[in-house]
Amino acid sequence: MNLILQGFAWIFDGSHWVTTSTSAGIGPALVQHLILTGISLVITAIIGLPIGFYIGHFGKGRSAAILTSNALRALPSVGLLTVLILAIPFIKGIPGSYLADVIVFVLLGLPSMLAGAYAGLESVDRQTIDAARAIGMTEWQILTKVEIPLGAQLILGGIRSTTLQIVATVTIASFLTQVTLGTFIIDGLNQNNYVKMIGGAILVAALALLLDGILALVQRFASPRGVSRGTTKDKRNTARGATHASTQPRTPITEGN
Amino acid sequence: MIEFKSVSKLYPDGTHAVDDFSVVIPSRKTTVFVGSSGCGKTTLLRMINRMVDPTAGVIEIDGDDIAATEPVHLRRGIGYVMQNSGLLPHRTVLDNVATVLFLTKVPKPQAYERANELLDTVGLDRALGKRYPGELSGGQQQRVGVARGLAANPNILLMDEPFGAVDPIVRVDLQHETQRLQKELDKTIVFVTHDIDEAFLLGDQVLILEKGAKIAQQGTPEEILANPASDFVANFIGADRGKRRLTVDANVKPNGNDLVLIDAGGYAAGVISAPEGKLAVGTASPKSRSVSNKTSQAGDA
Amino acid sequence: MEWVWENFSTIWGYTLDHIGLSVPPIIVGFVLSIPLGYWTSKSRVARSVLLTIFSIFYTLPALVLFVLVPVALGLSILDPNNVIVALTIYAIAIMIRTANDAFASVSPDVRESARAVGYSAVQRFFRVELPLAGPVLLAGIRVVSVSTVSLATIGGFIGIPSLGSLFLTGFQIQFFPEIWSGIIAVLIIAGVFDLILVGLGRLLLPWNRRASRRRAARMAAQAVTA
Repeated sequence: MNLILQGFAWIFDGSHWVTTSTSAGIGPALVQHLILTGISLVITAIIGLPIGFYIGHFGKGRSAAILTSNALRALPSVGLLTVLILAIPFIKGIPGSYLADVIVFVLLGLPSMLAGAYAGLESVDRQTIDAARAIGMTEWQILTKVEIPLGAQLILGGIRSTTLQIVATVTIASFLTQVTLGTFIIDGLNQNNYVKMIGGAILVAALALLLDGILALVQRFASPRGVSRGTTKDKRNTARGATHASTQPRTPITEGN
Repeated sequence: MIEFKSVSKLYPDGTHAVDDFSVVIPSRKTTVFVGSSGCGKTTLLRMINRMVDPTAGVIEIDGDDIAATEPVHLRRGIGYVMQNSGLLPHRTVLDNVATVLFLTKVPKPQAYERANELLDTVGLDRALGKRYPGELSGGQQQRVGVARGLAANPNILLMDEPFGAVDPIVRVDLQHETQRLQKELDKTIVFVTHDIDEAFLLGDQVLILEKGAKIAQQGTPEEILANPASDFVANFIGADRGKRRLTVDANVKPNGNDLVLIDAGGYAAGVISAPEGKLAVGTASPKSRSVSNKTSQAGDA
Repeated sequence: MEWVWENFSTIWGYTLDHIGLSVPPIIVGFVLSIPLGYWTSKSRVARSVLLTIFSIFYTLPALVLFVLVPVALGLSILDPNNVIVALTIYAIAIMIRTANDAFASVSPDVRESARAVGYSAVQRFFRVELPLAGPVLLAGIRVVSVSTVSLATIGGFIGIPSLGSLFLTGFQIQFFPEIWSGIIAVLIIAGVFDLILVGLGRLLLPWNRRASRRRAARMAAQAVTA
């Protein structure tokens, strides 16, 4: 406990925020962390969302996607990171290790992004989609006006877990190349400076919780109005458990019969 | 007029959902496809708006092969009402009704105006327009579904077991609404159900279908009831059961002008008018106006 | 490749360490999540409290947890139990949500009919709800397994021997075969664990060939009425 308080004290010490000759500064490390996270997230979204939407809308390639996702999830981030950093030589203009890092972050973030995207689309009631098609919406209109809004919860859930995944991997990257918030943890360990280590851990934890909290709020407000409202009376009672993971099953008392 | 010419639908696994089906669906009348589950009636319906395409044969609307029409364009001109209303849950009732109008680029004020009129037409309070489908009862949702189907004033209205998912009392209500609508609006309605009573109640022309959409009998309800074409049909309509076959109760003295009827089970089913001992004669009522005063609409061919 | 054979004993040693780090969390995590997940599926309060707490844990990157656990528990940083405890927390964090969803998805009609037939609450749990939740639970534990095996590599950063150590030393001396052998070994372990779990699933959930929940529900309903 004592150590944790010391850690907080270490964080709030202004001198630690500036880079010195002996140690990195919290300021630059934080910025670096955010930049890497941001870039990787955007790239992952640009690649993952369209593919996920394609799979969710057309239903093709689902097993391939699941297989790849599982395979990518099994890959240890550290291993992949080390391989790529060593393998990609200095590319003109872009520091070799920067590119390698981002590639790894994207690869490891893709499973969650993909899963969120196609799970979100698949969670939409097939009847609603059928009705939308029957009244004359084009496939693109169905995707944008019906499937994405109704699947927004899960899609954002995917973005949320991707963000966390990336933040975590960026933390580790500090060991190998970049200076990120993880650097303090690693350096702290190596230098037996446990206060610095804890301070770093607290910083990363705070960042992760903050980003997650923001996205959780976005997720809550993204659900279109009317979807969660109301229970329908005088429909014939069908024996159906909760289909969506977040809904609790209703009591079996029939309504309006 | 909708015409099916030797239409077949063969699925990759070998099942013939529809096998060589030919029929003419007259305009401005209600045609009902009725049969048990899996006989292909829904498939037939969905071929009209090209949600399903036939593997053989031609479907024509007013003489034009619909295979040549772009599906999205076709669907925007045909009303479709399905069993679970298929309303978009994240749009208000009014937006739902106006959906097709938005798709056809009708300006918003006009679209909303028309949507409100339609709510009136289907007997819903305009105040419900601001609510979301999830807040409505099943019967109300179905009415909204019908309103949406009528929004673009299509000549053809397809209804796929629209009352199957609501309570029996609400269902009767909706059936009567449909009759009223048809008298007012004079559309070509193609109606699918598995309930023979519903078919007889609503249909000008009833097609009783067997597996593969084979036509077991085709005709007006009166014709079918009077002359079932086969044992299958007789069984399906319950020709000897329940309230189909009524006899005059021998034990009860005729009360002035009425005779008591009992059904096949021996339970009182109703009375028959017999003023001064002579059976009164009535006429079967038309479901739709047989002669229309309106200007000719597409589908009159 | 010769490097692999030459240093096989080292690799094998790390593999055993790795297994020792991954297996306890998977088992303990699974066992603990079932009652916890059942509880949250029944109680709204439990749900908001527990799921929130564990989702906070899950939000934290692995390295952070590996470092905070010893501090909180007062253990030495180099104690492998840190990693095991931390990985268990992760396992529960993942699994409790799955268990919650699994139990919540059991059809209330089946539950009611079990009650009506006369099953006690305990019987109902073991004979009806648990089997019906089985397929989803199995899917969840497979995710936990893959995830745990992968995360155990991070132990290397705090000096706890695992296959992750191969990555770090390999990186330092810029030697690919060492890194590759580590990656492949991790994948093999994850694969083997997955096969074991799938096999267990087939054994314990014989009706669940293609995870057809409806069939499972029918079977359970028959078991209830038999």
